[in-house]
Amino acid sequence: MLSIKNLHARVEAAEILKGLSLDLPAGEVHAIMGPNGAGKSTLSYVLTGKQGYEVTQGTATLDGEDLLSLEANERAARGVFLSFQYPLEIPGVPAMTFLRTAMNAQHKARGEPEISATDFLKRARQVAGQLKMDFDMLKRPLNVGFSGGEKKRMEIFQMAMLSPRLLILDETDSGLDIDALKIVADGVNALRSPDRAMLVITHYQRLLDYIRPDKVHVLAAGRIAATGGPELAHELEREGYDKYARAA
Amino acid sequence: MPAVKQTVDHVESLERYQHGFITAIDQEFAPKGLSADIVRFISAKKQEPEWMLEWRLAAYERWLAMDEPDWAKVNYPKIDYQDSYYYAAPKEKIGPMSLDEVDPEILATYAKLGIPLREQEVLAGVQGAPKYAVDAVFDSVSVVTTFKKELAAVGVIFCSFSEAVREHPELVKKYLGTVVPASDNYFACLNSAVFSDGSFVYVPPGVRCPMELSTYFRINAAESGQFERTLIIADKGAYVSYLEGCTAPMRDENQLHAAVVELVTLDDAEIKYSTVQNWYPGDPETGKGGIYNFVTKRADCRGDRSKVSWTQVETGSAITWKYPSCVLRGKDSVGEFYSIAITNGRQQADTGTKMIHLGEGTRSRIISKGISAGRSSNTYRGLVSAHPKAKGARNFTQCDSLLIGKTCAAHTVPYIEARNGQSVFEHEATTTRLSDDQLFYVMQRGLSQEEAVQLLVNGFVKDVLQELPMEFAVEAQKLVAISLEGSVG
Repeated sequence: MLSIKNLHARVEAAEILKGLSLDLPAGEVHAIMGPNGAGKSTLSYVLTGKQGYEVTQGTATLDGEDLLSLEANERAARGVFLSFQYPLEIPGVPAMTFLRTAMNAQHKARGEPEISATDFLKRARQVAGQLKMDFDMLKRPLNVGFSGGEKKRMEIFQMAMLSPRLLILDETDSGLDIDALKIVADGVNALRSPDRAMLVITHYQRLLDYIRPDKVHVLAAGRIAATGGPELAHELEREGYDKYARAA
Repeated sequence: MPAVKQTVDHVESLERYQHGFITAIDQEFAPKGLSADIVRFISAKKQEPEWMLEWRLAAYERWLAMDEPDWAKVNYPKIDYQDSYYYAAPKEKIGPMSLDEVDPEILATYAKLGIPLREQEVLAGVQGAPKYAVDAVFDSVSVVTTFKKELAAVGVIFCSFSEAVREHPELVKKYLGTVVPASDNYFACLNSAVFSDGSFVYVPPGVRCPMELSTYFRINAAESGQFERTLIIADKGAYVSYLEGCTAPMRDENQLHAAVVELVTLDDAEIKYSTVQNWYPGDPETGKGGIYNFVTKRADCRGDRSKVSWTQVETGSAITWKYPSCVLRGKDSVGEFYSIAITNGRQQADTGTKMIHLGEGTRSRIISKGISAGRSSNTYRGLVSAHPKAKGARNFTQCDSLLIGKTCAAHTVPYIEARNGQSVFEHEATTTRLSDDQLFYVMQRGLSQEEAVQLLVNGFVKDVLQELPMEFAVEAQKLVAISLEGSVG
């Protein structure tokens, strides 16, 4: 599925990613953990094509196709989804309208027919029900005046609706109380499937109690410093990132 | 969002300015330049009565003594008023015509612009879709007005201004120049001397006009100005919704458009006036050509509890100078102003409104959305004033500017004057730049950069778009998209 080799990337003059390599096969969930400033968010932006992040070396491919030469929207159409750490507010555009426009843009790019209004609505009701969301929230301008937790839930709602293949979750647990965290985690777990892969970026081990990863990677100073099973997350929780940060 | 989707599809199939073509027809011009004789020529061409000519000549005398205003935040070379034609008309007989008599080239022009001039075509449209009557003004004359019979059946007069002068002189005499006096300002005064054609509407007491009325202005002739004059009167308890649309060919020289619009509402009457202005904006790179849109629009809410609502979508013109205003004279009268002004390329706009509270308990509301892109400049200029007698006057103003890119400018110049202690004026203003983070967020969900801009802009202007009559809202949304094409990246 996703294959990253020796990735170097910079923001303005500062090199943030310094030779990062990672293989994420279909059907697996990998967690990326690391201290502040290690390059976790940069990795998510480089993979999804945000402007201002310059790749100086290395490759990232999705099922063999070069991701880095594609525009952000082209990557989205190929099934790359980023659940934002800080979702943006879109004044004047109801969440439903936003999502349907996005969905149809993706369908068009893939040469698929548009989703009908009734099918869309049916699915939206179903997914909103799973995530225990108030359906009226979807009629309000996207994320405007939403609480931190509501915004995160809205991200997962969008993710479930767009059914991407590569799911990148950037600090999805921040801003969620324990009940909301369970609901969101259930939503994410429901999307686990043999033809999907997930990259779960997180600071804390807490989220990984609910979304069980197949592998845990430690990202420090712009590269993968260690890789292990779920137990590595517990070790990090106990001992912190110090030894990796120092080693780098 | 079907509308956004539609917009996106539509934009892909369009040129940047889609109305820039020229219609080849035989035209008749007045000699170039401006003089008392030209004023007489125009009046004679329109077979006007003596009093109308006198009125024009008096205005011309006043104009000679006036100076062109220079306070607006716009720059343009001095206009040579002698280097323009003040009358251009298709070579046809004067006066109302049936469609069979109209030059097929002109009919083709309106067809190309998507303006329905054949009543049966409107009627044959989507079932249940609201129909609307059209007055089509081509350069200096009105070529056709539709649905006149149906409107006359309920007593509504909808005709060209020239026809009104001939057929309804008592109404024209009673109201003309009572809202915008001939000497009001330089451009209004010029218009009063040389006005060509425009629309006249009278809705009798208690009548709710059964359909939308609209006027479609088209400048075609080169080196000519357009000076239309519109007068709308809603008598006691009457209601009318009126829309004007404007386009012009792409030409390298600047053309002057100096219109005057006067609205009068008597007790309990309401006029809803919408404008979709899409004059040729000039070349986006060089700034060459385009229309100078120097327009005076004013409503007099003369009657108690009367209401006027201005809605404008301004996307065209090289320079815009206009301030649709409401004089709230009647007790408890209401004025509203909803505006979207978009500038791109080298366009300059200085636009806003005036809400003048004279009567007790008068209320007004201003929602202005300015969008600047390219190397354009966009100024909101507004006046809200309450006179000593306007006790309990209320105003709410929301004035938002959106900047796209780094080379454009937005200015907000609100004037607020309260001359009594019992008025409540609220003013909110924001200026934001379309953020890269927002764009990225939308693109990450699958929209191209162009589509993302459109979605964000549509959200920004939504409060105003929803004030437009439904069938025009779709049109306006398309226009917004086209105007901002290529503004990012």
